[in-house]
Amino acid sequence: MPESLLKAVNITKNFPGVKALDKVCFELQAGEVHVLFGENGAGKSTLIKIFAGSLIPDKGEILLKGSPVSFRNPYDARKKGISAVYQEFSLINQLSVAENIFLGAEIKKIGILDDKKMLQKAEKILNELNFPLNPKKKVGDLKRAERQMTEIAKAFKNRIKILILDEPTASLTDMEVKRLFEIIKNLSAKGVGIIYISHRINEFKKIGDRITILRNGKNVGALDMAEAKEEKLITLMTGQSVKNIFPKIPFKTNEVILSVKNLSTRDGLKNISFDVRRGEILGVAGLVGSGKSRIGRSIFSLEEICAGEIIFEKKQIKKISPKNCIEKGIIYSPADRHKEGLVLCRSVKENQTLASISLFERRGFINLNKETETVRKVVDKMSIHPPDLDRKIKNLSGGNQQKVVLSRGLNQKIKLFIFDEATCGIDIGAKHEVYLFLKEQILKGAAVIYISSELPEILRLCHTIMVISSGEISSIMQSEDASEEKILTNYFGMEAV
Amino acid sequence: MNLLKRIFVKVGILPFLLIILFILFSIAESRFISISNILNVSRQATYLAIVTTAQMMTILCAGFDLSVGSSVALTGIAASMVMVSIQDPILAITLGILTGIGVAAFIGLINGITIALFGVSPFVVTLGMMSVAHGFALLISGGAPIFNLPSQLNQTLGIGKIGGIPIPLLMACCIIAIIYIMLSKTRVGRYFYAIGGNKEAARLSGIPVKKYTCLAYVLCGILTGIAGIMLTARVASGEPNLGSAFPLESIAAAVIGGVSLRGGEGNLIGAIFGAVLIVLIRNGMDLINISSYLQMVVMGALLIFAVVMDRLRLSIKSV
Repeated sequence: MPESLLKAVNITKNFPGVKALDKVCFELQAGEVHVLFGENGAGKSTLIKIFAGSLIPDKGEILLKGSPVSFRNPYDARKKGISAVYQEFSLINQLSVAENIFLGAEIKKIGILDDKKMLQKAEKILNELNFPLNPKKKVGDLKRAERQMTEIAKAFKNRIKILILDEPTASLTDMEVKRLFEIIKNLSAKGVGIIYISHRINEFKKIGDRITILRNGKNVGALDMAEAKEEKLITLMTGQSVKNIFPKIPFKTNEVILSVKNLSTRDGLKNISFDVRRGEILGVAGLVGSGKSRIGRSIFSLEEICAGEIIFEKKQIKKISPKNCIEKGIIYSPADRHKEGLVLCRSVKENQTLASISLFERRGFINLNKETETVRKVVDKMSIHPPDLDRKIKNLSGGNQQKVVLSRGLNQKIKLFIFDEATCGIDIGAKHEVYLFLKEQILKGAAVIYISSELPEILRLCHTIMVISSGEISSIMQSEDASEEKILTNYFGMEAV
Repeated sequence: MNLLKRIFVKVGILPFLLIILFILFSIAESRFISISNILNVSRQATYLAIVTTAQMMTILCAGFDLSVGSSVALTGIAASMVMVSIQDPILAITLGILTGIGVAAFIGLINGITIALFGVSPFVVTLGMMSVAHGFALLISGGAPIFNLPSQLNQTLGIGKIGGIPIPLLMACCIIAIIYIMLSKTRVGRYFYAIGGNKEAARLSGIPVKKYTCLAYVLCGILTGIAGIMLTARVASGEPNLGSAFPLESIAAAVIGGVSLRGGEGNLIGAIFGAVLIVLIRNGMDLINISSYLQMVVMGALLIFAVVMDRLRLSIKSV
């Protein structure tokens, strides 16, 4: 048995109203790549933040090489050789790559910054990692993948014993992923322990040695990678068998409802053409930053379109605005429900009718009774919990908030739903309900554009799958012909196929 | 203690301040709770209550309006100039009022367009407008008050009574009732709350955000204009320096009354009570002979205190 580098015993962490971690045990060995797997909100991020010192556990113990440690801040953890690379970047756009790498750990000579030395060291780190980056360049001018490299390089400025990577490949190309994997293998050969968070089963199977699965803040299993079959992982992750989570949604060929022709936008979509039919779920897959979200946004007129046309029900949509779209029967539910979906300080009722208040108006006044009645029915139907219409929506769980957003389409006749990351950050029960909602709309004859980063959803729910890469359609396939492998290769553009 | 905390979290600092002040001033000066003083306070409170109502429109939409004071002054001057130039008193008053409110609405429109359409911060726009409007008021009046207004103006809108109740008070009640209904029962109110709470979500829900943001400032202008006319009627002259305390006092009243400066939260009745509180403090300090300079210090400190309490309330709430 190799020595245990990091050991966490019964870690518990509470946030207001949620038990983020519940007596989680975790063990990392030297030279091991340990994958952390689970749904959004399962507690992965909380756990690694505790390891990296940016959160303090309520209860439990962390042992580093057998001796107990307690980190009060990230600096403590870094001193002990633990570095974390987060999904959200902690970079300052106005500073250069080198300045960012040494942020908080500047090299000084008699109190004055030694820029030359930092530049040299930064260059050395980048060379070792084989990242083609100019350390003098401002981070604000870099592409997303390059920023990711900067973020990784930051972790390497110290001698590290443990490296934590939170979805590091989310915005890297195939080549860059290969290079990153080489680096990871190199490090683990040197005895560095690596905690690797990822959702991509096929990807982490290539690199991981062991895998720990979290669900609802609990450790539900630690397996050797060889035992980790996809079905088993999904079952562990969700607590249910695959069959029970994803409803079978039948597809009958129908007339085209929306047709997008040669659409280009100012911010990156190039020559997009596709059709959506009544009763069809069109899945849109792609990496973060691939432009998949922009497709939904541009149809809902949230992006500036510079060429192409959008034809809805055989008529070209000319003057487009969200208002216009909703009146025509198109509704969009945004990926970030807090930022764009909800008015957090207002009630469930007001949020539910936000897009349809005119339906309740009579002679200039809102018929509050009619509104309450309608929302009451929706809340019952969607089993929104707690069923208190006047409760401020910020006091609901993520899943219930999302149900309120989705349910907006029920108040009026909606013919096309555009969902962007509809199940992000909600628990499995709520996900299942979202899928059932989808199914119901499809059976009623609506069409759905389903934009998602979760491949199981794309593969198991959608009838047609469109993969976006660098703002272009890299392939459109029928669900029967699709596989995770096939979608992933298309993530990196057509040339990779 | 727990009950107090619950009340604080629910309605804010206002009830506590009201009670403490009442006790303090009553002990310090017995005239404070006399009938005549209470009438006095309610009369004084009408103007601030209307301006606070105006201010609240913009705060609900996550903005504010620093130009309400100058707008009151310019309204008064513009109305007075028109009134003194026309012989027939009824015609003079009617045209004067329309001009005054028109000017205030125009100021609101310019504020609204600049903020909503060009995305300039309400702070910069209304700070600039504060100077522009006050400058105009001084410019066209030559810096001196305008006298010889039709006496009917003062006798009706200034000190007139219907059934023993002062007309200004009645008007304020009407305005508050109308705005209250507008905020709670029409789409305008619903949209204000939504825009202030989350502009992006409002836009994605098909709400014409720019139009309604602009409307908030126009409404603020119109209401401020009405207050300007009423104050001019009260002092029976056009005063270019009228209302300079309104920006601070109206924002303070709204915040003390539980209206969130972040937008999207708060109700009108709370804000009105906030206005009453401020007038009470001023009145109490007058009665116990606190100098007007020190009063300024107290008012400013009160605003800061109210915002700190609002933050504190939010942080207790989220635990």
